Amino acid sequence: MAANEYIIRQISVFSENRPGRLAAIAHALEEERVNIFAFSIAEASGFGVVRALVDHPARAHERLTKDGFNVAFTDVIAVRMRDEPGGLYEVARLLGEAGINIEYSYAYSGPDGAVLILRVDRPEAAIAAITAAGKELIPSSAFA
Amino acid sequence: MRPADLEALQLRRLRETLERVGNVPFYRELLAREGIRPGDIRTLDDVRKLPFTEKQDLRDGYPFGFFAVPRAQVVRIHTTSGTTGKPTVVGYTAGDLDHWSDLIARNMTMVGLTADDVFQNSVNYGMFTGGLGFHYGAEKIGMTTVPAGTGNTRRQIEMIDDFGVTALHCTPSYAMHLAEVAEEMGSDLPSLRVGMFGAEPWSDATRAELQDRLGVAAFDSYGLSELYGPGVAFECQEQDGLHIWHDSYLVEIVDPATGEPLGPGERGELVVTPLVKEAMPLIRYRTGDITMLLEDDCPCGRTRRVARFSGRVDDMLIIRGINVFPSQIEHVLMALPEVGDQFMVYVDRDEHHLDEMTIEVEIKRQFFSGELADLARLQAKIVRALRDALELRTHVRLVEPGSLPRFEGKARRVVDRRGCL
Repeated sequence: MAANEYIIRQISVFSENRPGRLAAIAHALEEERVNIFAFSIAEASGFGVVRALVDHPARAHERLTKDGFNVAFTDVIAVRMRDEPGGLYEVARLLGEAGINIEYSYAYSGPDGAVLILRVDRPEAAIAAITAAGKELIPSSAFA
Repeated sequence: MRPADLEALQLRRLRETLERVGNVPFYRELLAREGIRPGDIRTLDDVRKLPFTEKQDLRDGYPFGFFAVPRAQVVRIHTTSGTTGKPTVVGYTAGDLDHWSDLIARNMTMVGLTADDVFQNSVNYGMFTGGLGFHYGAEKIGMTTVPAGTGNTRRQIEMIDDFGVTALHCTPSYAMHLAEVAEEMGSDLPSLRVGMFGAEPWSDATRAELQDRLGVAAFDSYGLSELYGPGVAFECQEQDGLHIWHDSYLVEIVDPATGEPLGPGERGELVVTPLVKEAMPLIRYRTGDITMLLEDDCPCGRTRRVARFSGRVDDMLIIRGINVFPSQIEHVLMALPEVGDQFMVYVDRDEHHLDEMTIEVEIKRQFFSGELADLARLQAKIVRALRDALELRTHVRLVEPGSLPRFEGKARRVVDRRGCL
């Protein structure tokens, strides 16, 4: 099945919750000429995970690891949604109806429209449901 | 040597030591006050009639108050690190240096080292006794000795590889650092086969890791400057407890609170009367180190052993009324594969005047899944493991790899901030 072409490697970075850590990550990516499409920070007691969708995940992984960060790839999917009221509801409803659980999600809205990034419990089933509903998934080839 | 012969030798040397301390004003006054004469010591058990010598007594004698020989006969001076107060001076006659290097040579022979070995001594060569102590012991065996000292870890690894070093002496925390840097440099240190680690307590889990990462058999070395330095007790190839050279040291274990003697299998403070020291003889010196006499005999056939050391009397933390040794924390953490080699312990008193212990640990790279939930689960697992072992609730902070301090000398992993309000 061609579902794999829609599974995107999100870069996840362990970070202590203290001043300057995000700046250190962002500066390293700048130096590597890596562009960030979207990112979010999840935090627990004293630490967090910085999640980012970038144009060159392998280069970002290598540089951040070299700088001493704990870095991992996480599989996510990205769905293009209508950038108007109801756009998010449309995608969330169809996943809910397919019995797919969203573990976390974040979004970006740019000149090409809005994109929802999803970490789900069953990515293959999610890809099938989204494709069947005629929604557009962003292929991993968009992120070198 | 038969047990009866050994005891006769110990008794003779104990009496000689009592004669020698008569040259030290501190002991002359102390023994006169207690009404003890050398003739009162008829059996080894009579040692209990003698008073203890404390670390503070030696500090009060700074610098040369405990020398029992004229200064002209003292050929070398070392000092203790002074981490717990003013430094203590220890002196050596030529005879002491000969005795001391002989003890180290015996220990290194015990773990299978010979003149064919190349030995790298990666500890501080200054006032710290570990440097020169091991150095002269190794030369006495005829080993090719590399006086590497500390620091410049990459160069140290190059030397191990270039010189074909087979035996290494350093602190266990520096050994861990060497392993990390060697892995970064892509060397698996093929020539190394024996590691001798001391100057700080370390766990069996650390041993397993050091043996695996450095490719050595790792042996525990114990000593303190007041008793010459390293060489007082050492593991044999059984790696199960440390042998003490009973011809040179008379050993007791006492309850640290009451000073009462404890039997085999009972954990307490090691008290030592050195039997051959000339420049600075001591009576019943309280080492502050916690261990116990092991009940059974060692399969190697050597004399009675003590258990591996489990901390210092004065390192013992009392957290909400519970005794905690930093070595217990290390033991728990090293048994968790996800946790890195280094850790720090912070003790604070909160606004309700309750003690709070916070432990910082690094998570190994290969155990980071990228998911926050996995990290939170791991954090809870560490808290649970510590609670089970210490019977104490602690805070655990996960920190970035490489962010905790690496220690090249004695590790100072505990920061007690309860005093500074």
